[in-house]
Amino acid sequence: MSSAAMHELAMRHRLQWWEALPWAAGLAAFFLFPNYLAFGTQVLVTILFALSLDLVLGYAGIVTLGHAAFFGAGAYAVGMLAAHAGWNEPLSGLVAAALVAGLLGLVSGWILLRTHGLTLLMLTLCTMALLEQAANMFSGWTGGFDGMPGLSFTPILGLFEFDVLYFRTQYLYALAALLLGFAVVRVLVYSPFGRSLTGIRENLLRMHAVGAPVRARQVLVYAISAALAGVAGAVFVQATGYVNLAVLGLERAAGVLIILILGGYGRLYGAFVGALVYMLLEHTLSKAYPTAWQLGLGLTLMLVALFARNGIFGLGDALRRRWSAR
Amino acid sequence: MDLASILLGGLAAGMVLFVVSVGLSVTMGLMGFVNLAHGGFAMLGGYAVVLAMRHWGLPFSAALAFGFAAIAALSVLLERTLYARLYRASELDQVLFTIGLVFVMIASVTLAVGPESQRVELPAWLDGQTDLGFLRYRSYSLALIAAGTLLMLALWLGFERTRTGAKIRAAVDNRRMAESLGVDVGRLFTLTFALGSGLAAVGGGLGAEILGLDPQYPLRYLAYFLIVVAVGGLGRVTGVFCAALLIGVLDFTLKIYFPKGGTMFIYMLTLGFLLARPQGLFGKRGT
Repeated sequence: MSSAAMHELAMRHRLQWWEALPWAAGLAAFFLFPNYLAFGTQVLVTILFALSLDLVLGYAGIVTLGHAAFFGAGAYAVGMLAAHAGWNEPLSGLVAAALVAGLLGLVSGWILLRTHGLTLLMLTLCTMALLEQAANMFSGWTGGFDGMPGLSFTPILGLFEFDVLYFRTQYLYALAALLLGFAVVRVLVYSPFGRSLTGIRENLLRMHAVGAPVRARQVLVYAISAALAGVAGAVFVQATGYVNLAVLGLERAAGVLIILILGGYGRLYGAFVGALVYMLLEHTLSKAYPTAWQLGLGLTLMLVALFARNGIFGLGDALRRRWSAR
Repeated sequence: MDLASILLGGLAAGMVLFVVSVGLSVTMGLMGFVNLAHGGFAMLGGYAVVLAMRHWGLPFSAALAFGFAAIAALSVLLERTLYARLYRASELDQVLFTIGLVFVMIASVTLAVGPESQRVELPAWLDGQTDLGFLRYRSYSLALIAAGTLLMLALWLGFERTRTGAKIRAAVDNRRMAESLGVDVGRLFTLTFALGSGLAAVGGGLGAEILGLDPQYPLRYLAYFLIVVAVGGLGRVTGVFCAALLIGVLDFTLKIYFPKGGTMFIYMLTLGFLLARPQGLFGKRGT
């Protein structure tokens, strides 16, 4: 290995200057688009959710169709605590949501991750559907199909009140939660633990052969990712003040998968680009032309699967390679 | 409702599940291709049947034959041009591609026909009640059970007693071994894909009376078709048959006794079953 390559490998976890850009843009959007902060909050929550999926899908290579189960678990945890237990303090709510979703991820991962392929796809899908049906069935606790509207939460740290009209507090709150979640994910993927996950993704057999505790690591990353997804769900509920069955349906699970693939998985910032592009398009197109939106989305997915396997970022890489090859 | 009527209703629903899912099981077993768009072929088939009857005045059975042929042809076209590029791709790409295809199908049908649900006009001889001696039951459900059983027998004979069937079974069990013995698995796959999609189309037409027919059909029943295939075992006709009947009857019964939580039990049972036997009812371990 050349010394330049070694240097690059040793330094790859260092912060680059451009990594400040998303956060600067996030803050700038707060001042530039004061009327769109509700939408902005949704984008930030979705980025966090997609980031949690990137950890299992992009880094550990676990293909799941049911990740919304954990988003929903966090969302319902916060919602039910607020509605039935009078637990309206937001920060401890986030911790509770992370614990509930993380525990669910730990248990379901421990049980499900012994399978793979189609069986694993089916089992993750079934787990999510099971939770959805349970939320529908125990309507006394969850509000059933209508969910729980009109939840209220106490000011953050007792200082910053949730802003029902303009979502100013919610936006910054979601941005802070995203920054925290991002820091966790970034540290994880560059740690030895993260490298061994990539090893498991690339060559399962070899990782078994070198004696890596494969299943324990898969279960652990599944639980961490679930906890992050739960935090995303909790922020969503605290920001909007309602929770309903849509938080854990197939549509949300497929949507976040699409977002991550569009952006490019296994590269941290794919979630940012994917969520922003997808939600902007959805926001502008889906209400006015729902059918055309679905048609375009379907065609895009087919094209991405056929030609652009690493999403928007992957396209950028390919162009750059072509450029530098000249 | 008494037990016999519940059983018959569940069996009829199970037969529809079988006709739709059997092709998915064989194609997934052959190529390991995760085809989430299979339900989309069933929906397109249902629409082909309904539109052929409405606009061309075809009788029900002729419309079913038309649906089979049209969707089989369409699926071969898609398989040769698009699916074939993804055989060696990762599961994730296959999932993504077929979800995209489902969206395109849903949007196309919505644009071409409209978002409202469609009704199949049953012929008069299927629309009434039949006296079975011990009870009177809907003729259509009985016809479904008879047709499904006949189809099962035909497929079973085709699988177990013909040369092509033997090749398919060999390729499902060990694709590389079959290929090195000179079996053209690619062509076999195109053949089974066409047959499977055609059967799904027939199932869409036959089942419109029970499952309904509207553009959201492929997403609504996706989990059911996948559950039937996963429980039945990949590439196992008899397994899919038993799984479809089991799930049809369980679903029908549970929805009558527990209208709110009926589906929950299906998912719970599937979870437990797949954890105990990830290879399905009759699948072999390690394939």
